[in-house]
Amino acid sequence: MAKNPEHRDLFPGALEIMILQSLRYRPMHGYALVKHIKQVSDNLLQVEEGSLYPALQRMLREGLLESETGISAKGRPTRIFRLTEAGVRHLEQEVVSFEKMFSGITRVLAVARA
Amino acid sequence: MQILSNLFSRRRRYDDISVSIQEHINERTEELMEDGRSREQAEQTARREFGNVTLIKERSREEWQWAFLESVVADLKLTLRRLKKSPGFAATVLLTLAFGIGANTAVFSVLNSVLLKPLPYPQPEQLVSLHLNAPGAPGLAEFRSELRLSASMFLTFATHNSAFQSVGVWGPGTASITGLAQPEQVDTAQISGGVLETLNVPALRGQWLTAADQDNHSLGRVMLSYGYWQRRFGGDPGVVGRTIQVNSQARVIAGVMPRGFKIVNYDFDLLVPLALDPTHELLAGFAYRGIGRLRPGVDLSQANADIARLLNVWMDSWSNGPGSDPHWYLNWRIAPALQPLKETVVGSIETVLWVVMGTIGVVMLIACTNVANLLLVRADARQQELAVRSALGAGRWRIVRELLSESLTLGLIGGTAGVAVAYAGIRLLTAIGPGDLPRLSEISLDAWSIAFTFILSVLSGLFFGAIPALRYAHSKQRLTALGAARTSSVSRERNRGRNLMVMAQVAMALVLLICAVLMIRTFMAMRNVDPGFSDPPTLQVMRLSIPETLVRDSKSVIRMQNNMLDKLAAIPGVSSTGFAASVPMSGAEPAWDQIIVEGKNNQSDNLPMRLYNYVSPGYFHTAGTRFIAGRDFTWTEIYNIRPIGIVSESLARELWGSPQAAIGKHFREFQTAPWHEVVGVVQDVRENGVDQVAPATVYWPSLMGDPSILEKQDVWRTVYFAIRTPRAGTQAFINEMQKAVWSENSNLPVAEISTMQDIYGDSMARTSFTLVMLAIAGSMALALGIIGIYGVISYTVSQRTREIGIRLALGAQKNELKWMFVRSALLLTGSGVAIGLGTSAALMQLMKSLLFGISPLDPFTYITVPLVLAISAGLASYLPARRAAAVNPVEALRAE
Repeated sequence: MAKNPEHRDLFPGALEIMILQSLRYRPMHGYALVKHIKQVSDNLLQVEEGSLYPALQRMLREGLLESETGISAKGRPTRIFRLTEAGVRHLEQEVVSFEKMFSGITRVLAVARA
Repeated sequence: MQILSNLFSRRRRYDDISVSIQEHINERTEELMEDGRSREQAEQTARREFGNVTLIKERSREEWQWAFLESVVADLKLTLRRLKKSPGFAATVLLTLAFGIGANTAVFSVLNSVLLKPLPYPQPEQLVSLHLNAPGAPGLAEFRSELRLSASMFLTFATHNSAFQSVGVWGPGTASITGLAQPEQVDTAQISGGVLETLNVPALRGQWLTAADQDNHSLGRVMLSYGYWQRRFGGDPGVVGRTIQVNSQARVIAGVMPRGFKIVNYDFDLLVPLALDPTHELLAGFAYRGIGRLRPGVDLSQANADIARLLNVWMDSWSNGPGSDPHWYLNWRIAPALQPLKETVVGSIETVLWVVMGTIGVVMLIACTNVANLLLVRADARQQELAVRSALGAGRWRIVRELLSESLTLGLIGGTAGVAVAYAGIRLLTAIGPGDLPRLSEISLDAWSIAFTFILSVLSGLFFGAIPALRYAHSKQRLTALGAARTSSVSRERNRGRNLMVMAQVAMALVLLICAVLMIRTFMAMRNVDPGFSDPPTLQVMRLSIPETLVRDSKSVIRMQNNMLDKLAAIPGVSSTGFAASVPMSGAEPAWDQIIVEGKNNQSDNLPMRLYNYVSPGYFHTAGTRFIAGRDFTWTEIYNIRPIGIVSESLARELWGSPQAAIGKHFREFQTAPWHEVVGVVQDVRENGVDQVAPATVYWPSLMGDPSILEKQDVWRTVYFAIRTPRAGTQAFINEMQKAVWSENSNLPVAEISTMQDIYGDSMARTSFTLVMLAIAGSMALALGIIGIYGVISYTVSQRTREIGIRLALGAQKNELKWMFVRSALLLTGSGVAIGLGTSAALMQLMKSLLFGISPLDPFTYITVPLVLAISAGLASYLPARRAAAVNPVEALRAE
């Protein structure tokens, strides 16, 4: 997936949860998403275009997102992605399970350090 | 619905993806331009950062697709487009496949309906036929494979068995039906109690015959078959309870059996109760066929053991009359050999069907090989394209898949067309199939046949597609060699596969042709056998029965039969007439019994069984059966009940050494019977078909017994009239025949009207059916094989044009050049023939049972067939070879 070894994909589902969370914050188009994630993460995370677009289509198909015709920041026609009800529910579930996983990992790391 | 709406919205989705990605790149470009780059540079960077646009678009689209399926559909579209561009190729391949697959499906349908489908009775696996062997019963064992059951056997089995839910016996018969329109003779099945219970098919109307109907003190009811009910009663639902005149006796109709119901494989009109006498039957009278339904969980060997035990009970509890030894039958070594009822129904046709299926299968293989060859040539032509695609990154699997999808598409289209061919084929098969083909009415194109067609189409598609696919899967390495391949002469490796295929084709064609020729030789051998009658097309035969209820005393019967002969002889065009209890190959066997010969040791327990027949004066002359010695009966002798007899040539030789020596000798039926004098010896008659041994036969006068006591005279009431006339078989003549019979008595039905030619033809039907099928298969194989050889040589010539040009330019002789190609074809044929000969010699042993009068290694066949093949191969290669010789060296070299 990742062509550039510096920007490895984190783990399965990470891209998805980031997209969902970003779109919950506000609906946006593809390039905006990339920029948004990059900025918010202080350049720590960079989304691969090769993963982003197929992932967006998959989430559209699964009904987590919907798309509508919109205008980009530069005033050109593009497609704006927006979270659906199902998408919100899915995001909340994912966040819960992510948090569990993080706290699990954190505890394991704490023991290893001690 | 979901899928459909997906399909409709898909185009919009694809547009969305493109727009999104375009905007992504545009925005990035603008950003970069704001950083101070030129538009060109910015755009380049933006694109490079984004990655492979097409690939990402494709990946994104794939989220909406069934990726594999869609690429297959794309392949299919490509294939169809390519086929449309070469209609000649497509038509050749599709026709070959349609006929190949169609023929296979047709034969499979017959095979499936006859051999594989269960019998149309409930729980058919429980049904067995009560087959008995009696290897110690002399005479009989040579002509019949089984001993039928006697009434006493049935009664013993029915009461004492422990292995069966029910057993029953039955026998075919005929009856006259009067009182409905014209008098009519119908086929009856005489059934004991237990037959309907065993087959367990409920009545369509009314009810089964019951135990009360089997009571021998009263006249039981009868049942109708569906066909007879429709034919005579127009399907009248009120027929149950009505009375019909059966053999001039009024009998009540108990019910109607459903459509398609048969007693084993016998198609009857009327079911009549056998009404056996449970106390007064004899041990003897082995006339009935037995069936039984096993108890659940009982297998054949247990049932055999049960019957073996009961055979002893049978001998202990019955006799053949006072003073006879009931255990005398131990000499016959009667043993049960029960078989699944299906085996009895299917009978000897099994071998024929498997042989036909096998040969048609081989034809299919040859056809597939031809198609594979054509595909190889096509793939050769596409080699460059494939190599380029491979170099551009098409995976091996992708190329294989494309080649296979082409062949599979061809296979499936061919298979679809094949179903239509099969439909026509089945009609043809059932039309030319032997008349006694069992379960004929059950043959149909069912789901199994369709499944078979589908599997065959796919398999053959894979088979002929795999050969080019395997070869060109490695195209990658060939790209560099491409330039060289174009100019070099044909590569050996590439030709090896083709040559192997041609050899295989020749070998398979040879096997089929040998089969076909052996069948033709069998048929000719059968035609050359003197059947014991002459010129069958001008011999009219009909069966006529005078029931006791119509004419009581024997003398009146014989007088009536004599009158009828005279009336028939008076019809214009008739040269002679006569009758007999049985005409050859009609399947009617009056009786098998022993005879006692004067001056011989008749005490032996093992007196052979002889076939009995009863004849009128003039019968032999009419049938064209030659007298070897002595003379015919006369009417005076018949009426005076003179004790005389005629014997067959083989019997005369066996008993008295020569036909001449037999004249004047004496024999009798049983100890107290009068001695009969041999007055004539006639040639042997092939009673059971030309390929069966002619049984030793005794011909009695058709009226016998005590001349002085009317009650003790026996006459044969059901006889076949034989009429010699060139008008035989014409409707006008049959009408005149009917009139002649009815002018004697208007209540007499005429049955089984046919010419001897029909009977004779029916007896050879199995052989002629096999012959026709093998001949079709053989000629298809020959044609396909020749086309194969022609194709390969022709292709080689076109590939080697340049080489030929050089040879010619260097002074090669044209004749030598031609010979070079013909020789390579002959070499291939020769190797194929060698393989084929070996295979045939081994395979023909399997066909032995279908052959007659020739060895499975018949030298004539094994020499002529390879010769014919070699000559055809030579001709097939000569045509392209001549083209090679006509190559103009200048043009051949300039073309490069």
